[in-house]
Amino acid sequence: MVRDLTPLVVQTGSMWWTRRRSLDLLTRDLEAAIGADRVAGGASALHLYSRDGSIIRGGRAGVVCLPGSTEQVAACVRVARAHGRAFVPRGAGTGLSGGAVPCDDPVVISTTRMDRILEVDVDRRIAWVEPGVVNLDLSRHLVGTGLHFAPDPSSQQACTIGGNVANNSGGPHCLLYGVTSVHVAAVEVVLPDGEVAVLGEEEGDAVGYDLRGAFVGGEGTLGIATRIAVRLTPDPPEVRTLLLDFTTIEEAAETVSAVIAAGIVPAALELMDQQVVRAVEPFAKAGYPLDAAAVLIVELDGLPAGVSREVEAVAAIARECGARTVRIAADEGERARIWKGRKGAFGAIANIKPSYYLHDTVIPRTRLAEVVTGVNAIAERHGLIVMNVFHAGDGNLHPLLVFDHREPGVMERVLAAGEEIVRLSVEVGGVLSGEHGIGLEKRRFMPLLFSEEDLAAQRVLRDAFDPDGVANPHKVLPSGSSCGDVQGLPEIPEGVWV
Amino acid sequence: MGVSGLADFRDEVGHSGPVCVRGGGTRWELGGPPAGGSREVRAPTGVVAFDPAEMTVVVGAGTPLADLAGALAEHRQEVALEGPPGATVGGVLAVGRSSLRRPRIGAVRDALLQADCVGADGALFTAGGPTVKNVTGYDLCRLLVGSLGTLALIGQVILRTWPSPERVLWMQGSATPEAVRDMCFRPSSALWDGQRVSVCLEGYDGDVEAEAAALGSHLGLEVAAAAPALPPHRSRWTGRLPEGCILEVGTGVVHGPVEVEAGIPGPGVVTLAARIRTGFDPDGRLNPGRDPYRIAA
Repeated sequence: MVRDLTPLVVQTGSMWWTRRRSLDLLTRDLEAAIGADRVAGGASALHLYSRDGSIIRGGRAGVVCLPGSTEQVAACVRVARAHGRAFVPRGAGTGLSGGAVPCDDPVVISTTRMDRILEVDVDRRIAWVEPGVVNLDLSRHLVGTGLHFAPDPSSQQACTIGGNVANNSGGPHCLLYGVTSVHVAAVEVVLPDGEVAVLGEEEGDAVGYDLRGAFVGGEGTLGIATRIAVRLTPDPPEVRTLLLDFTTIEEAAETVSAVIAAGIVPAALELMDQQVVRAVEPFAKAGYPLDAAAVLIVELDGLPAGVSREVEAVAAIARECGARTVRIAADEGERARIWKGRKGAFGAIANIKPSYYLHDTVIPRTRLAEVVTGVNAIAERHGLIVMNVFHAGDGNLHPLLVFDHREPGVMERVLAAGEEIVRLSVEVGGVLSGEHGIGLEKRRFMPLLFSEEDLAAQRVLRDAFDPDGVANPHKVLPSGSSCGDVQGLPEIPEGVWV
Repeated sequence: MGVSGLADFRDEVGHSGPVCVRGGGTRWELGGPPAGGSREVRAPTGVVAFDPAEMTVVVGAGTPLADLAGALAEHRQEVALEGPPGATVGGVLAVGRSSLRRPRIGAVRDALLQADCVGADGALFTAGGPTVKNVTGYDLCRLLVGSLGTLALIGQVILRTWPSPERVLWMQGSATPEAVRDMCFRPSSALWDGQRVSVCLEGYDGDVEAEAAALGSHLGLEVAAAAPALPPHRSRWTGRLPEGCILEVGTGVVHGPVEVEAGIPGPGVVTLAARIRTGFDPDGRLNPGRDPYRIAA
């Protein structure tokens, strides 16, 4: 196995004593800088912070810091650097691409204790929040103001806004309202050299280079967000949620393309196939038709006249494409149940098999039908169950390969099928990730989409923020070095995924 | 054009010597005039591909914005780009100033999905991707918008399009922007001169008429023929609105009669910006003399 030879790496094995000693000194200095109650180095903490929501196992944290302020984050970065260590920023750890998996004993800097909503300016529709604020907590806090925070990833009950910034997170309602970057006005960051800068402006576009735009989606490789000014979106006066059901998944996909082609951009347009519907109905009790091959959830919002015209238009398009029934949620309770099934889909998978591997490619939305058919064929060829639940309106596929990891040889088939799905998506003009990011997981696929020149340009940006390569190294861009201990990916030849 | 247009553009830019890219030349002095001795190049022109069902368009950066708007209008779509008469797609992206309708149709930065560029080394590279949603790698597209061509020269782009509103209606009168906002859902623009407000309503006929009626009966606003004429110079809004100025509510931009010097960015920002510029263009050959930080807003 190729090992990273940068000075940041502490070797294992016979070097154990040196490693232990150097971690002790690091811990001592971190405790002196931010307080012993904010530094965790015990075995259970290190184990907990060695992984995130991805399938990647075998990450190794050197020590974990839980700073409470911008100054403490900066102090952690400076101490890490003084010890020749990399640092890995971390939010709630719900990421699905391994972006928060620590490689080679870095200082993990968790922002979960920075969880205050600092200021809500209802007049200017801006809120300043700390990065550890949970996504849904902000919108809950705003109830009664007529405003909400638009990005709504399915993990919104757990994921933090700092993590949303790092991943430029999406969610069903990003179809109309845009992904996280659109909703981040400004961000205070601790840069990889320990300095603090504010990128962006509370209102409008900052003068000069859009450093804010470059930072959002940087997956923790460009610094750590410590305060975030988010734009708040007015609650729509009228919301109608439709549930459409189809006897073939192709008809559902055609409906999606036809709705967009008709010039209608719904607030959300989600597809769930039969497997998913059957998994979620028992707890959501939304009345999803269990014999449908696929259902579409279409949400239309805005002013009343436009919404009712769009409801009629979508219903007509759906029927033309072969929808069996068009159900319009009668009240808020019914609407909530329809969404409960969609947002709880990933949790419900556990009833079928204990593990899943989720991809996140985006394809042209006019090619949904053929690609979904292709994805299902790939899974069948590898003897795997695939479940489709995804943001159909923007072409963002989420095929879930579900499996029992205790079954011998299953990981190889899962990874091979995953790779074929990625390749198929790129072949039809798609991209590797719509909202989960690249992390460790998809680095090796980057050359499928980007030439060496393309990647070199991206590296220029990264190096400008982090000339010494200390911020979340090994992530996003492919490189000659590998993250020494991780397992679960084909580039790691040894070890068994558990 | 397409691939060959891009290759020609790349060859025209070449590997050495200072170059400046010219669009419509409508804001040629913005951020400082190009240094003397720079070779002038022009990006490819023409709409390469427009798929209304995908809501994306592939277009040469040298294409006049009016030509693009015409092609999109045939399918009742539009892009969130706005510029003076004669402006090109690439010019509007390089300047980075958003449309007056930004609160509704979004910032220019959010419209650029993919850019095929020529770098300082003379090689073509692609930033971003063709789909409407994408977090594959770093977001170079947002960095390119507003960079005045100092990081790379944009040759061809993929832009996100939106359905055009069925109705656009400007109203005007003596009311506060807050009062107007409280009565409208997502107006596309609100302008305030300290006494009078102008608001742009857009969307479906029935909705625009209902909001217009409410603004008329409750606040006494009247229908206006068009947006009010704006004074020529832009700056960032800092507190009190000076005489003769018009504020774009919610975007921090003030249009005034007097030129205002650009503010000084924070220390961390200056260092970062300098490292980014030298990283992309170590010898300073791309649009030398121009500096996005010299633009007041």
